[in-house]
Amino acid sequence: MSENNVSRRTMLRNVALAASLGGLPADAAQHVHNAAAEDKKATGVYKPKLFTPHEFTTLASLSETIIPGARAAGAAEFIDLLAAHNDELAAIFTGGIAWLDREMLRRHNTPDYVGAKPGQQTALLDLIAYRKNDSPELGPGIRFFEWARKMAADAYYTSKAGIAELGYKGNAGMTEFKIPREAIDYAMKKSELA
Amino acid sequence: MLQVIRSPNVHDVVVIGSGAGGGTVVHVLTGLGVNVTLIEAGPMLNPAKDFKEHMWPHQVGHRGAGDAAEQYFDKQQWGYFNAPNGYWDIEGEPYTTVPGTTFKWFRSRVIGGRTNHYGRISLRFADYDFKPYSTDGLGDDWPITYEDIAPYYDKAETFIGVTGTKENIRSAPDGIFQTPPDPRVHEILVKHACDGLKIPCIPSRMAMLTKPLNGRAACHYCGQCGRGCVTASNYSSSQVQIFPAMKTGRVQVITNAMARELITDGTGKVVAVSYIDKNTRTEKQVRCRSVVVAASACESARLLLNSKSARHANGLANSSGVIGRYLTDSVGFGLSGRIPALEGLPKHDSDGFGGMHMYIPWWEYAKKNKEFPRGYHVEIGGGFRMPQLGMTHGSCRRHEGYGPSLKQKIAGDYGVTVSLAGRGEMIPNQHTYCEIDPAVVDRFGIPVLRFSFRWTEHEVRQARHMQATFQEIIQKMGGTVSGLANPEREGEGISIGGTIIHELGTVRMGNDPNSSALNAYCQAHDAKNLFVADAAPFVSNPDKNPTLTITALAWRTAEYLAEELKKGNV
Repeated sequence: MSENNVSRRTMLRNVALAASLGGLPADAAQHVHNAAAEDKKATGVYKPKLFTPHEFTTLASLSETIIPGARAAGAAEFIDLLAAHNDELAAIFTGGIAWLDREMLRRHNTPDYVGAKPGQQTALLDLIAYRKNDSPELGPGIRFFEWARKMAADAYYTSKAGIAELGYKGNAGMTEFKIPREAIDYAMKKSELA
Repeated sequence: MLQVIRSPNVHDVVVIGSGAGGGTVVHVLTGLGVNVTLIEAGPMLNPAKDFKEHMWPHQVGHRGAGDAAEQYFDKQQWGYFNAPNGYWDIEGEPYTTVPGTTFKWFRSRVIGGRTNHYGRISLRFADYDFKPYSTDGLGDDWPITYEDIAPYYDKAETFIGVTGTKENIRSAPDGIFQTPPDPRVHEILVKHACDGLKIPCIPSRMAMLTKPLNGRAACHYCGQCGRGCVTASNYSSSQVQIFPAMKTGRVQVITNAMARELITDGTGKVVAVSYIDKNTRTEKQVRCRSVVVAASACESARLLLNSKSARHANGLANSSGVIGRYLTDSVGFGLSGRIPALEGLPKHDSDGFGGMHMYIPWWEYAKKNKEFPRGYHVEIGGGFRMPQLGMTHGSCRRHEGYGPSLKQKIAGDYGVTVSLAGRGEMIPNQHTYCEIDPAVVDRFGIPVLRFSFRWTEHEVRQARHMQATFQEIIQKMGGTVSGLANPEREGEGISIGGTIIHELGTVRMGNDPNSSALNAYCQAHDAKNLFVADAAPFVSNPDKNPTLTITALAWRTAEYLAEELKKGNV
């Protein structure tokens, strides 16, 4: 998490250094400062704009199961924000959550998905997480799960935690572009091209 | 009754459009002491405010999807983080297509036009590119040779700053280069694979600075050139040509001005430019001694076709009837592969330029009996890119499932893909053109363009050649090709016409006024004070991105115009 802040500071330093060699206009310097300030914007408690509290809780739980860490990365907030301004997306998620709840009722006589036992939840997810299980019965769940999965992944891997997990080191700026020798040697050796 | 507001004074030169062509004309003319009026259909650009360079996706609530999730429904006009300058669809400004054909027209409406975001690949055309007909009997020769334009390539490269190396390859003439950055790991692998296949792979030629130039800082290697660069370390006509020209006091810029028509007098000379002031939706006219049309190839053709008069019934400068014809785009085809040698690669910052550091110039130019005419170059993609929305969609779809095992697979996919993109030459054909749609006008009442586009067997065979070559390169690297598409299927294999955004040729130059609209200086055969300075004058669309040649040709045209103004010829 702190890694992005470190690299942002490094970037700012490097941009400033690059600019000092060429002359960075004052308004451009201001842009860099504004960008840095954005980082510090405080975030209060999120109030869902579209989903009911039940839907929002379900989505947060489901996202976390799909991509551990997605809850803290704001997956439910992200999807709610977008669905509030896109009817097609709203229908996909409200409909999908309703399908999950109804399926839980049918299978286990539990009132909804979040109220079901973890084993009951994953038993259903193990079916709808794979296209090979497509059937008139599971089709709507499979299509909904594809949306939930890709958007949970998007939310997580564009968050600070997800970016750090992937190990992205960039957006930092350099004064001279250099690739570590060990990285080149590693790939050359492994490729057997050398 | 429509009231037209006319400018009281006569402007020496009115330039229409502020991209690579218009920006270069403004730079050269103001440098020679000529006063210029620049008309731009979009707003002024403010890099400090408009560019989203260095922003992380999590700094905005929608992460880049757009406020209404446009990215998830293929409705995003242009990436949220990219320089804010372009549209595939502009509200109220439609274009149409001939039934059964597909063409996508990218238009920019802002100071600097597409140069604010473009790939900045800067390749000189080769000597033989100016003589396509003499070489293989297809298309037509240009009225100029490589020797005519070479000094202007020199001037353009010296001024805008281009990286590269001396290679002595006929298809990729050497220029005046800054030192290129080191290659990235995947680019080194591609280079070695190409060595084994006897295919050249050389440092790419990019309009980006590795050393400071004219007060512009050297690149800081954040990999985000497409977002626009606050330090102007890459070329854009806005930051590199127009803003400095504005400081000379010799250029008057009129923004949000959509050119409607060129007004001519009884002798056929252009006397005024009519435009719509978009702020007030009123028509205005600027009177002029000469005009340079640089609105982008198809927009320039549209303007001339719409400039009809008793004397110019088919549109201005169109007695030959060629305007709108000879439209081409580059042939595009891409393939990617998973490279096991990159699995587990130690993580490092591979941002570098916003674009490739190595590329593959065309290599079979001397081969006899090729399966298709002309050639293509290959652009290389890969590395540890900044995570963005959509980056993991392929992994999610391929691996399915969920939970820690999915996360592990996603992490394992990061940075292990290499993509190869071919950009090749299309031969003009009679089914590919633009014309005025007789039934549709835009919201300003200006008749719109109707497109027809068709690839022929030449281009399809080229796409097949690209596919076979890219497979070879990926396999030589020990990789496996992913998602092999049918090269003949538009959109899946060969690109959809217009989508490479190299559309050109619609107001072509030539020595014969019966088969060309412009002479060798891009001056209209029919109107001596009318010039065109974008990619519309191109006679062919070689396998090199057009921008550097737009710049060089515009430079040459501007010097010629300045000379003619001095002599009193226009």
